Amino acid sequence: MLDKITYLDNAASTRLDERVLKAMKPYFFDTYAVATSEFGYSMGIDAKEGLMAARGSIARTLGASAEELVFTSGETESSNMALKGVIGALKKKKGSHLIISRIEDFPVLNTAKGLERQGSKVDYLNVDNEGAVDLEQLDSLITKGTALVSIQHANQEIGTIQDIKAIAEVCSDKDVLLHTDATHTFTRVPLDMKKVPVDLVTISAHTIHGPRGVGALYIREGTPLEKWMDGGYQESNRRAGPENIPGAVGFAKAVELVTPEENASLARMRDHIITKALEDIPHVTLNGSRIDRTPQNANLTFHYVEGESMTLHLDMRGFAVSTGSACFSRSLEASHVILGIGGDHERAHGSLRFTFGRYNTMEDVDAVLSALKEIVEKLREISPLYANSR
Amino acid sequence: MLIAGDNLKFPYTEKVLEHFRDPKNVGKLEDADGKGLEGSPACGDMVAIYLKVDPKTTVIDDIKFESYGCASNIATASIITEMAKGKTIADAKKITWQEATEELGGLPPVKRHCSVLAVEGLRSAIRDYEEKHGLVSEQEPTTEEVVRSRLKHVMNPMAGLDIVRTELVTKIEVKEGIVRVLLDLPSGHQFANAIKEDLVEKLETLWDIKEVKVVFTEG
Repeated sequence: MLDKITYLDNAASTRLDERVLKAMKPYFFDTYAVATSEFGYSMGIDAKEGLMAARGSIARTLGASAEELVFTSGETESSNMALKGVIGALKKKKGSHLIISRIEDFPVLNTAKGLERQGSKVDYLNVDNEGAVDLEQLDSLITKGTALVSIQHANQEIGTIQDIKAIAEVCSDKDVLLHTDATHTFTRVPLDMKKVPVDLVTISAHTIHGPRGVGALYIREGTPLEKWMDGGYQESNRRAGPENIPGAVGFAKAVELVTPEENASLARMRDHIITKALEDIPHVTLNGSRIDRTPQNANLTFHYVEGESMTLHLDMRGFAVSTGSACFSRSLEASHVILGIGGDHERAHGSLRFTFGRYNTMEDVDAVLSALKEIVEKLREISPLYANSR
Repeated sequence: MLIAGDNLKFPYTEKVLEHFRDPKNVGKLEDADGKGLEGSPACGDMVAIYLKVDPKTTVIDDIKFESYGCASNIATASIITEMAKGKTIADAKKITWQEATEELGGLPPVKRHCSVLAVEGLRSAIRDYEEKHGLVSEQEPTTEEVVRSRLKHVMNPMAGLDIVRTELVTKIEVKEGIVRVLLDLPSGHQFANAIKEDLVEKLETLWDIKEVKVVFTEG
């Protein structure tokens, strides 16, 4: 029996911080009205003020103005809104050509595929063996009909941070709009809209100990965007549906609670697991970059063993991690990210992703390392691939 | 931190977890009388089965397995070695995937592919034994159908399913001991060589086949 679960899958979801819950609570029980216009009743005006304050504080961390931020139900909606909104607005005026990277997360990747089925031409940018996009290829693919480029700020699986400034410069030189999915970097890796000419940015609360089901899309002033979901006139008529005010307030609180010290501590755990795994366990490959990497992410392939077997063994010992193995995924497909950086299926199947959060400690990292060492050894003993490699 | 007790939820039955945690008959038999290898690292699962068979009674005296695979694969291989041990090869051949799954108390349907592989590993080890010991009674000539059924054991690494089901095989010709297999894949493709090797390995043991030719598409 286990008395403790060590959660190392903080890129998927995070434990809510109590302080976030405390900030949200009044908007469930006291100020529960919808945000009304300034001519509405007082509870609605209070709600609206809570929403505005949340919007302003999140916008400030991005170097943006409050009007440029639209609350959504999270990463998936934000990226749908960005891609479908821009293509919708520009397809007649400019064209519907879209460029994304090969290793985007599903909200961008599958929205692009959906647009492709509806007639958009989509180009998928190559990445190098650490996951960085090919800037020259990007430059060469942009045409007069290119409506949007969408390249993530950092990768969901291998943590590789893109040179978003260089990407943004290529796009602005050619007068093409740029969207970036910053789900895995927001508050963890600096991104300032005053310094980097990105037009649209997807952010989400679920990766930073905020509530799930809350996100936002930064939309630079003047960016053409067609409303993609029909309904009411909320969010300056950019996003239909009553605002999730407790969610927005919780998101703002979660943003406020992330500190540079916390990010440094996550990076120490990341570096420790990478260094120790490479030192202590034979036949291990780091996936992604050692340097240009989000502070919370480590992704390693343990060769000759399959990922789902490792995650199940870890689960039985109380550790929650994820893998790029086909056997683990809902689609039963191997990680498109590991394949995208030139890895083969064996590398994807044996990959484990560890993502750290506020409630992890260095002791957790040591504990998972020692469990891993035993598990990998045990599974290699029964692996015909390992037997042949010796 | 969360306190977890009896309410820990695993996606598998107790029996599967037991065989996964502590698999039976693990390892390799260096002087095996028959061995079978199914799957490939590309598809994510691979299982090897080794047999020691009493030549007089054809009873399986010893059986071992190795697995590069997920929990379902390991657990099925473990249970199937237990089921086959002590049986004659004729009886062991009849063990089905359904029987193995029932013994395990059920498996998630999406994991069927991974567990079928273990059953196929056992059958191919028995076939290997029979071929080596002249027990294949009627040596049927290799036909397109025989080739096709063997190719169902060659994985398409891009899909994780076999090359027949994923329509990678466009044509099969068998003529005067030579098999020609046409694949809808350029020769320069990253998986071209892996698929070719796997394919040749599956066909070259056919008794009346002298040569296996793999033809890729151009470009």
